[in-house]
Amino acid sequence: MTTQQKTATVTARTGRNRFARQQAAAGWLFTLPALVLVALFVGLPVLMAAWVSVSGWRGRGSPFSGDVPFVGLDNYQTLLAGGGLATQDLGTALRNNLWYVLLVVPTQTVVALLLAVAVNQRALKGRGFFRTAFYFPSVTSSVAIVVVFLFLFGASGAVNQVIGWFGVNGPNWFADPRGVLHLLLGVVGVDSGGALADHDVLGISLWEWLAGPSVAMSALIILAVFTTSGTFMLLFLAGLQNISAEVGEAATVDGASAWQRLRYVTVPMLRPVLFTVLTLGLVGTWQVFDQVYTGTQGGPAKTTITPAYLSYTASFEQQQWGQGAAIAFLLFFIIVVLTVVQRAFLRDNR
Amino acid sequence: MKRTRALLAAGATSVLLLTACGGSGFDDQGSGGGQQTSGPAKLQVLIGSSGQAETNAVTQAADAWAKSAGDSVTVTAASDLNQQLAQGFASSNPPDVFYVGSDTVASYASNGSLLAYGDELKDKDDFYPNLRDAFTVDGEFYCAPKDFSTLALVIDEKAWQAAGLTDADVPTTWDQLASVAQRLTTGGRTGLVTSSEFQRLGVFAAQAGGSLVTDGKATASSAQMVQGLTYVKSLLANGSMKFAADVGAGDGTEALGTGKAAMTIEGNWIVGGVASSYPDLQYKVVKLPAGPAGPATFTYTNCWGIAADSKNQAAAKQLVEAMTSSDQQLTFAKAFGVMPSVQSAADGFRQQFPAQAAFIDSAADAQALPNEAGVSDVITDLNSKLEGLGTGDPQQILDATQQNLEAALK
Repeated sequence: MTTQQKTATVTARTGRNRFARQQAAAGWLFTLPALVLVALFVGLPVLMAAWVSVSGWRGRGSPFSGDVPFVGLDNYQTLLAGGGLATQDLGTALRNNLWYVLLVVPTQTVVALLLAVAVNQRALKGRGFFRTAFYFPSVTSSVAIVVVFLFLFGASGAVNQVIGWFGVNGPNWFADPRGVLHLLLGVVGVDSGGALADHDVLGISLWEWLAGPSVAMSALIILAVFTTSGTFMLLFLAGLQNISAEVGEAATVDGASAWQRLRYVTVPMLRPVLFTVLTLGLVGTWQVFDQVYTGTQGGPAKTTITPAYLSYTASFEQQQWGQGAAIAFLLFFIIVVLTVVQRAFLRDNR
Repeated sequence: MKRTRALLAAGATSVLLLTACGGSGFDDQGSGGGQQTSGPAKLQVLIGSSGQAETNAVTQAADAWAKSAGDSVTVTAASDLNQQLAQGFASSNPPDVFYVGSDTVASYASNGSLLAYGDELKDKDDFYPNLRDAFTVDGEFYCAPKDFSTLALVIDEKAWQAAGLTDADVPTTWDQLASVAQRLTTGGRTGLVTSSEFQRLGVFAAQAGGSLVTDGKATASSAQMVQGLTYVKSLLANGSMKFAADVGAGDGTEALGTGKAAMTIEGNWIVGGVASSYPDLQYKVVKLPAGPAGPATFTYTNCWGIAADSKNQAAAKQLVEAMTSSDQQLTFAKAFGVMPSVQSAADGFRQQFPAQAAFIDSAADAQALPNEAGVSDVITDLNSKLEGLGTGDPQQILDATQQNLEAALK
C-alpha cells in the first residue's frame, strides 16, 4: 500500500467516523426529550418506591424526610417469611394470580391467533366488520365491561338463564369462592388434600394452592380473554400480512392440509409476533388490578385478590406503605424472571 | 450551524422540563409546627359523603359557622376518602378536618397523622361512652364522633302479616327468632337474610357474650364466640336464613326490598335506601333479640378527624364543636337520616323519627368493633371465611382468626 493510499483511507475513515458521531449525537438529541420524560416519570418513581419498600414510612409527610427509618429487608421479610396475615394474603394473591395467568395467557393467545387467521381469509365477506367487532372490547373502558359482566354473571343473570335452558343450575358466579379444580377433584371423589394439607407455602397449604381459580375468578378470566383477544388479534394480523401468499401456496402444492399449513408454516413464521403477544399477555395478566378494584374488591373469600390489588390495599387502606411497595417489587421480580424464561423457550435455535 | 441551534433548543427544552417537574417536591417539614395565629383561617374539609343531601347539609352548616367565626371553609366530597387522605398526609398538606371511620382511626393514629383533641372538647361527656371508646386509641380520645348507627331487625310488614304473625310475635330471644324465621320462609322468600360479614353476623356472637378483643387480648375463639356463630349456622342449615349473596342481592336492604327476605339486620341507612329504591316497601324496625348473655348490637360510627399537620387546629376544633352540637346534629338527622352522637339529642331524634326508635334505643347495648391497628385486616380475613359458614366449622374459622388476631395485637 502506498503512502497516498494510506492517507486516503485514513481520511475516509475519519470522515466516516465524524459523520457517524454526528449521526449518533443527532440521534441522542432527538430522543433526549423522551428519555428525560421516561427518567422523570418512570425511572425516578421506581427508585422512590424502592426506597419506600426498604423504609418504615407510614404515609405521613415525605418518605424522604430525616425521620423515616431505614428498615432494610424487614418489609420483604414480613411478607415472605412473617407467617402472619401479610404472608397469607400474599400467598393467596399469588395463587389467585398464578391460576389467572395460567388460564388467560394461553387462551387469549390461541383465541387471538384463530380470530386473526379467520379475518385474514381473503374469501371472507365483510372482513372489516368482523375485525371491528372483535377489536371492539379492547377499546371499551374496562370499568364499563366489568359492570356489564357483573350483571351477566349475577345469580339470576343472563349467563345463568342461558345455561338454565340446558337444565344446568348455574353458580352465583361473583359470590362463589369454591376453587374450580377442587370442584373437579370433588367429582372424582377427592375432597381433602391429605398430606398436601399439612405443608404450607407462603402461609397457604399445598391443597389450597391446588384449588384452581375460584368460580368468581373464572368469570374474571372469561372477561380478560374477551377484552384482550382483540388487541392481540391485531398484532397477529399484522404478522400474517407480512407472510407472503406464495409460502402458503407452496405448502399447498406440497400437499399440506389447512391445519398443517397453520401448524408448520404460519405459526413458525409468526414466532416474533408470538413472543410479543406472550410477553405482553404475561405482563398484563400479572398486573391485573382494575377488574378486581371495580368488580369484586378481592371477594369472595379473597379468591380474587391479586398482588397489584394487595399492594394498593396495604398502602392506601392499612397505611403499610413499605409493604405495599415491597409487594410491587416482588411482582416486578416475578414478571422479569418469567419473561426471561419465556424468551429462552422461544428463542430461535436455528 | 443549524445543528447547534437544534442542540440548544433541545437542551433548553429538557432543562425547562426538568425545572417544571422539580420544584420543592420533598420539603422536610416538621409536624404540627407553624400554627397560623392571626387573620381568618382557611379550613379545608374533606368528607366521604353518602350523597348530595349529606354534602349540601355539611356545606351549609360549615358556611354558617364560617360566617359567625369570620373564617372561610371549603367542603369537598371525596370520591375515594382513604386515597385522598393518604395523598394529603403524604404531601404534609392534608385537609384540616375530615371523616375518619372507627376501623381506620388506629392506622391513622399510629402513623401520627391525627391530632388527639377529644379530651379538649367542652361537651365530651355528652357523647355516648361506647362511641368515645371507638375513637380512643391507647388511652387517647382522638376525635369527636360525628354521628352513629346501630343494627336492628328490619321486618317486611306484609310478609309478617301474611305469615299470621302479630306485634306480640316480635322475637326477643334466639329461639323466637329461629321460629319466626322458619315461619316466614316460604317459596322464594327467606326468613332472615343478611350479608355474610362479621359486621352483621357478629351481633349474635356479641349476644352470646363474645367479643373479638377483650381488654386488649385476642378472644376470637372463646366459647361465647363459637356459640354465636353456631347459632347462625343452625339457622343457615335449616334454610330459614341465607346470605345476601346467595339470594343474588348486594346487601340486606336489597334482599328485603326485592322480596327475597322477610327480615334483615341493618342500620338506619336502610331508611334512605328503601325510600330511594323501594318506596312501596312497608317495614318496621325492632330491637335485635337478646342472646344468652343479654341484648347486644353493633354500632358503626365516623368521627371528625383533625390533621396533626393542620395549620389551623384551633379553628378546626371550633368547627368540630359546632358540627357536633346537639341542634346541629338533629339538623343533620333531618337532612340525611343519621343518628346524633350526643345523648342530649336522643329524645329529639325519637320525636322526629318515631319509626326509628329501635335504632336509638339499641344505643345502650351497642358495641363498636375493636379498633386496634391491624384488626380491620383480621376482620376482612374472617369475613372471607364466614362466606363458607354454612358448610364450615365455626370453631375452625374462629381458631384461624384467633391466630391472626394474636399476631395483629402483638
